[in-house]
Amino acid sequence: MNRKRRLVGQAILAALAFPSSTVVLAADTGPIKIGLILPMTGQSASTGRQIDAAVKLWVAQNGNKIAGRTVEVILKDDGAVPDATKRIAQELIVSDKVAVIAGFGITPTALATAPLATQSKTPLVVMAAATSSITEASPFIVRTSFTLPQVTISIADWAAKNKIKKVITLVADYGPGFDAEKFFDSQFRLNGGQILDKLRTPLRAPDFAPVLQKVSDAKPDALFVFLPSGQGAAFMKQFAERGLDKSGIRLIATGDVTDDDQLNDMGDVALGVVNSHHYSAAHPSPTNKKFVEAFQAANKGMRPNFMAVGGYDGMRVIYKALEATKGEGGEKLLAAMKGQVFESPRGPVLIDAQTRDIVQDVYIRKVERVPAMNNGLYNVEFDVIKAVKDPGKAK
Amino acid sequence: MLTLLFDGIAYGMLLFVLAVGLAVTLGLMNFINLAHGAFAMAGGYITVLAMNRLGVPFLVCLPLAFLGAALLGAALEPLLYRRMYARPHLDQVLFSIGLVFIAVTAVDYFVGSMQQNIQVPAWLQGRFDISWVGIGKYRLFIIVVCAALTLALQWVLSRTRFGSQLRASVDDRRVAGGLGLNVNRIFLLTFAVGSGLAGLGGALGAEVLGLDPSFPLKFMIYFLIVCSVGGTTTITGPLLAALLLGIADVMGKYYAPKLGAFIVYTLMIVILLVRPQGLFVRAGGGK
Amino acid sequence: MKTAADGLKHAARWRWWELTLLGALVLSWFVLPGQSLLLNEIAILALFALSLDLILGYSGIVSLGHAAFFGFGSYAAALFAKLVMPDPWLGMLLAIALAALLGAITSVLILRGTDLTRLMVTLGVASILYELANKLDWLTGGADGLQGVVMGPLWTPFGAFDFDIAGRTAYAYTLFVLIVCLLVGRRLVHSPFGYSLQALRDNRLRAASIGLSVNARLVAVYTIAAAIAGAAGALLAQTSGFASLDVFDFHRSAEVLLVLVIGGTGYLYGGIFGAIVFKLLHDLVSAWTPQYWNFWLGVFLVVLVLVGRDKLTKPWTWWKRG
Repeated sequence: MNRKRRLVGQAILAALAFPSSTVVLAADTGPIKIGLILPMTGQSASTGRQIDAAVKLWVAQNGNKIAGRTVEVILKDDGAVPDATKRIAQELIVSDKVAVIAGFGITPTALATAPLATQSKTPLVVMAAATSSITEASPFIVRTSFTLPQVTISIADWAAKNKIKKVITLVADYGPGFDAEKFFDSQFRLNGGQILDKLRTPLRAPDFAPVLQKVSDAKPDALFVFLPSGQGAAFMKQFAERGLDKSGIRLIATGDVTDDDQLNDMGDVALGVVNSHHYSAAHPSPTNKKFVEAFQAANKGMRPNFMAVGGYDGMRVIYKALEATKGEGGEKLLAAMKGQVFESPRGPVLIDAQTRDIVQDVYIRKVERVPAMNNGLYNVEFDVIKAVKDPGKAK
Repeated sequence: MLTLLFDGIAYGMLLFVLAVGLAVTLGLMNFINLAHGAFAMAGGYITVLAMNRLGVPFLVCLPLAFLGAALLGAALEPLLYRRMYARPHLDQVLFSIGLVFIAVTAVDYFVGSMQQNIQVPAWLQGRFDISWVGIGKYRLFIIVVCAALTLALQWVLSRTRFGSQLRASVDDRRVAGGLGLNVNRIFLLTFAVGSGLAGLGGALGAEVLGLDPSFPLKFMIYFLIVCSVGGTTTITGPLLAALLLGIADVMGKYYAPKLGAFIVYTLMIVILLVRPQGLFVRAGGGK
Repeated sequence: MKTAADGLKHAARWRWWELTLLGALVLSWFVLPGQSLLLNEIAILALFALSLDLILGYSGIVSLGHAAFFGFGSYAAALFAKLVMPDPWLGMLLAIALAALLGAITSVLILRGTDLTRLMVTLGVASILYELANKLDWLTGGADGLQGVVMGPLWTPFGAFDFDIAGRTAYAYTLFVLIVCLLVGRRLVHSPFGYSLQALRDNRLRAASIGLSVNARLVAVYTIAAAIAGAAGALLAQTSGFASLDVFDFHRSAEVLLVLVIGGTGYLYGGIFGAIVFKLLHDLVSAWTPQYWNFWLGVFLVVLVLVGRDKLTKPWTWWKRG
């Protein structure tokens, strides 16, 4: 019996030691809190890392005072588990009384939290997740990342205009993959192209041998690929290993496959891949150059990728909105976020007032070695489609 | 599709080399070592780091990976594992899960969580095309190396003294000990070699299967499938099971991509339902 | 003179600490209103671990795929609320029934073979369910998860309560289910059935030789454990208004195993203590070093097992020898 007695005592003490928090904040003079929920552990940990670094950079560059009050960013790890995200968001809203919640590494975490944003009238800024339907899940959601359909139709358009008639699509077997497949398919066929086959690979432990075999059997003009960012390198290696790169089949993709975070380590197999995305670390604007330099200086040479820029711009949107409302939250804060137009490291950006989604330029890039930048591999932009609205919604 | 068959065989052989150490550990020490994948990962990272940071040639890295993982195994066996042999399986499972977590997070801390890429030497890249069959050079290399290893293992087991001592200990540890065999030493060597082979498999597999800190967790189920389906009393059992798994996986993804991952799991469950001791178990053999 | 029946009755009586614990649980809802969300999570995990205790602690079945039932109950409840009607009680009952059915069907797989076989089979079932949920995305929402689950009010003798944002209704609901299942479980293990389970855990051959039908018992306990795990999953879906593929993931099965082991197997309350300690530790360590929580967890596990699982709950034996 003794062991149980001790355990019970310990458990009760532990539970009671938890401070029950009904923190009362003076509404106008206390700190302004921003809840940042990111996957710092687990599969999407690199997303969390990039955004966290970008947020810290923004605060370092822009200070932590708005309208005379201190801004506090509360970072919490959700491990990309949606019910954890929801619970953390709830606590941030109810106990910490944050003015805005931001982050959201993958789609289900944003969708799970959407009803909370509506219920508590707290603006929710999506800095990473990319499914179209997210902004429709709550009128309080604003996005600063991108949507997969946005970048997919761009490459479909480019392909159709560049002598590519027959394509096989290959996507990972999960939500974003299906989105990419759907939009590439409809856009490409709209332009008169032909989809020979639609292939899928499992999300976990993929072996590309069987699908690549099918591709080489069917001999399309190009292979369109969408894979989550860790798998790009393995895929391209196997593509090259089977001699497919020499067989005249072009490789086109969305920029997730040539993620700046990993691109340099992929080696020469990545050269020549034409892809579309909204941000490249090699984007030749002064704003971007400054951003990349500052980011690398603060993070041991780590290159910022599209996740980081989503976080950086998210902070910009939040800060400017807070300045406009002098620190007030709720619907006023949301209104101040809508319609913001600014120059981001990626290019010009607009937060659409109707859909609350991001409207941005999508670039067509090719992977090349850039001598001026340490001879590293970069996505070099050679074409742009301006002000792309998310087609998933554009009605 | 012969090329597919070839790919499946390559994948299967790789799985075999990765899993054979686990099968022997299971059969010999009755120890469910879920951390086996961590040794494979160690071999993979040794190779990647040696190649990318020290410029060591690929072929030299392979034996290095083997040695590194084997030494790691030889160190951990007397230190940690030996105390766990008599414990119930649940304890062993928990222990090895704990080790996996430590290994995974330690690697993440020191090397980072991104996929590691290696550049295999040019003579291993590309393929031969012989009538209808496309033979990837690297996969051919894998098959050759793994086949050689299998033959070597088989030879050691059946022709050497150590081999017969090992087989005796697997069959009945107590009697073997009673006959004067130094069972502890046999365990140590076997564990070390098994881990070394896993490390070699990890090195070979880095190119084909990818390498990141979550490798042990991702592939653990495949190793376990090989062991449970193949049985743990022979070498050929796991070999055939691994080949079956590799070919089924590859063929399944080509011919029935909608079913994808189901095939492997369902196949495993069906096999275990029908023959719970594994497909290729030798009759007899006490515990 | 004490008869066997008296002996059993004596073993089954309520201990003071059990009553204290129950009292503390109920009290926590009143005393800690601000922590309802965290407590809710702990209680759900405790219920899940309790269900695992029935098969692991009492029947000796090592399962690495218990999340299969948790997830199944979760999706069942979520889909019911979304497609049929949003009443939480009915959804809960349905989830329990369906999870029990799944448990009964899959129990066939764990009857034969070694521990390794069982490990693999349970793992396989959970993995298949994960893939199924991923594939049937028209029904389950796939990787995006199932949204649009809005729960109706909870009917109680005190009135109808909506699920509030602070989680108080949710926690009360979860507590109720947890306590009911605890009572059920308690009744079960202190019955002849429960004792026969322990007998077959300790020595299956001997139990069979005295005439206990091993297979029937295993099927029964596996089904009951599945039902309770399904209830825990339903609680998660209903109190968070969401269901995602993650409920089938291996880390859930591994986590519940850890929780149970930390609290202690085989006395039914291990799940509750384990859940409290685990979650609190997790929150504390995560706040300090979010990325390396798993590392410390791994170290803890290795040390725990090396030293001896029993020792965790008996601090006075730490310095004893032998």
